Amino acid sequence: MSVGTYTPRPGAAPLPRMIAAQAALETKLLLRNGEQLLLTVVIPTLLLVLFSAVDIVDTGAGKSVDFLTPGILALAVMSTAFTGQAIATGFERRYGVLKRLASSPLPRWGLMTAKTASVLVTEVLQIILLTAIAFALGWSPHGNPAAVLLLLVLGTAAFSGLGLLMAGTLKAEATLAAANLVFLLLLVGGGVIVPMDKFPQGAQDVLDLLPISALSDGLRDVLQHGAGMPWDDLGILAVWAVVGLAAAGRFFRWE
Amino acid sequence: MEILHPPARGADRVLRLATMRSEPVVQVQALVKRYGTKTAVDGLDLTAQAGVTAVLGPNGAGKTTTVETCEGYRKPDSGTVRVLGLDPVRQARELHPRIGVMLQSGGVYSGARADEMLRHVAKLHADPLDVDELIERLGLGGCGRTTYRRLSGGQQQRLALAMAVVGRPELVFLDEPTAGLDPQARRATWDLVRDLRTDGVSVILTTHHMDEAEQLADDVTIIDAGRVIAHGSPEELCRGGAENTLRFSGRPGLDVGSLLKALPADCTAVELTPGSYRVGGKVDPQLLATVTSWCAQHGVMPDRISVERHTLEDVFLELTGKELRS
Repeated sequence: MSVGTYTPRPGAAPLPRMIAAQAALETKLLLRNGEQLLLTVVIPTLLLVLFSAVDIVDTGAGKSVDFLTPGILALAVMSTAFTGQAIATGFERRYGVLKRLASSPLPRWGLMTAKTASVLVTEVLQIILLTAIAFALGWSPHGNPAAVLLLLVLGTAAFSGLGLLMAGTLKAEATLAAANLVFLLLLVGGGVIVPMDKFPQGAQDVLDLLPISALSDGLRDVLQHGAGMPWDDLGILAVWAVVGLAAAGRFFRWE
Repeated sequence: MEILHPPARGADRVLRLATMRSEPVVQVQALVKRYGTKTAVDGLDLTAQAGVTAVLGPNGAGKTTTVETCEGYRKPDSGTVRVLGLDPVRQARELHPRIGVMLQSGGVYSGARADEMLRHVAKLHADPLDVDELIERLGLGGCGRTTYRRLSGGQQQRLALAMAVVGRPELVFLDEPTAGLDPQARRATWDLVRDLRTDGVSVILTTHHMDEAEQLADDVTIIDAGRVIAHGSPEELCRGGAENTLRFSGRPGLDVGSLLKALPADCTAVELTPGSYRVGGKVDPQLLATVTSWCAQHGVMPDRISVERHTLEDVFLELTGKELRS
């Protein structure tokens, strides 16, 4: 038989190449999306600059940038791993992207790995930008980088689990609304820019258990106060990560 | 030697055809699929050999459910499905690189450009087609920097088609590939399906366009309400069982009664409009001869004599009593 243009030559690309291509595409689409950039870059940057420059909330003793930067870093992680990922994945599900990719050579776990890689790449870019701005504003961080890294990784896992759970179970429009609402509520109530001691004790006890509070509090303990491993915050994040990822794995619907 | 050579080659071809015959590309047996209380597919059997197979039926007949079960998206409630000899759910990793899938709609990031998405799908395959050539071929070059959500329906369809073939699959599933396309785009899609077939790619396509099945398919399976109601080549389906029609024109007011007497008992003959006659019944060479000799006896020159073949549309109507597009 002669060889034609379409003569079958089927085969999957090597797995690392597929995952890299998938992660690159998702990152590119995210960085090109205006609404996503608003959440992941513009809002954290504005809050950091605005609240460092203007004394709007009482951030306690010391420079306000030292209080704010850890909170803003936590917000950046939440905006990408939770809000951004939930909205993007919700619409990918709605428009049949997840379905179409499910019949491609890329296995489902490969797609999820690529999504995680895309989230991590975006977070690295956010952290580079935000720390550069913070240093320009006179930030002087302390503490153990390993503890910071562990907090960021566990925070990402916790928020990813919750974001994917939302994206995989709710309608895309509901995910869009809920993810933005949660972003706003946790921004205010999760120790990002408003110190937790501004809330009544009863509310504080509950709010302290939120993943955003654990992440911002843990980062603040280390970066502002030079604490060692913030085990209690790491523990809270670990529980959220396990519960969120397990629930997402169990309830996620691909179409 | 000279005499022996051609038969030997012939035998070789027969052998190869026999091997192809022995392993269908798709084999569905007694498939049942329910959604809640609704039974979408109700004991369906489908065997597709290499070539182009059309699955034809009205909306809601179970076409998409059947195809999506073959693609590994749905688990059968009962029955077995084998695609290229593999279980589409349990052996998905093995199967997916070998098939190409065109969903009925969507499947593309709303913010991605056509070429970007196509290049991405190409990267997931070991030995993909030349993306630029494919873009050219399907007229997607004009999409430029437009993102998917702003492409026209026809452009979206053609992109989905391109995504299904870019990985050089052995078997392509096309779910209503020309729904909503303009005539030129439809023609381009048909040409591509023909080229795929020529180059040895098997195609399973669902459609509710009769002419599409007649034009493209080696085999047609007509389904309705989740069951197969007819199966065969377009020619077989159009011939089998269906009564045909013979029409001719002559001078007005011929004695139809005497024609009727000359015809077999179960035939009909009417003058539809003055000078235009229709004979209904099993139209075979004998019947044609009877009509022409009757004309000769009556000194009639039958103008524009024609035997009308039934279309798949007629077959479908006869089988279900329903309009196909309902």
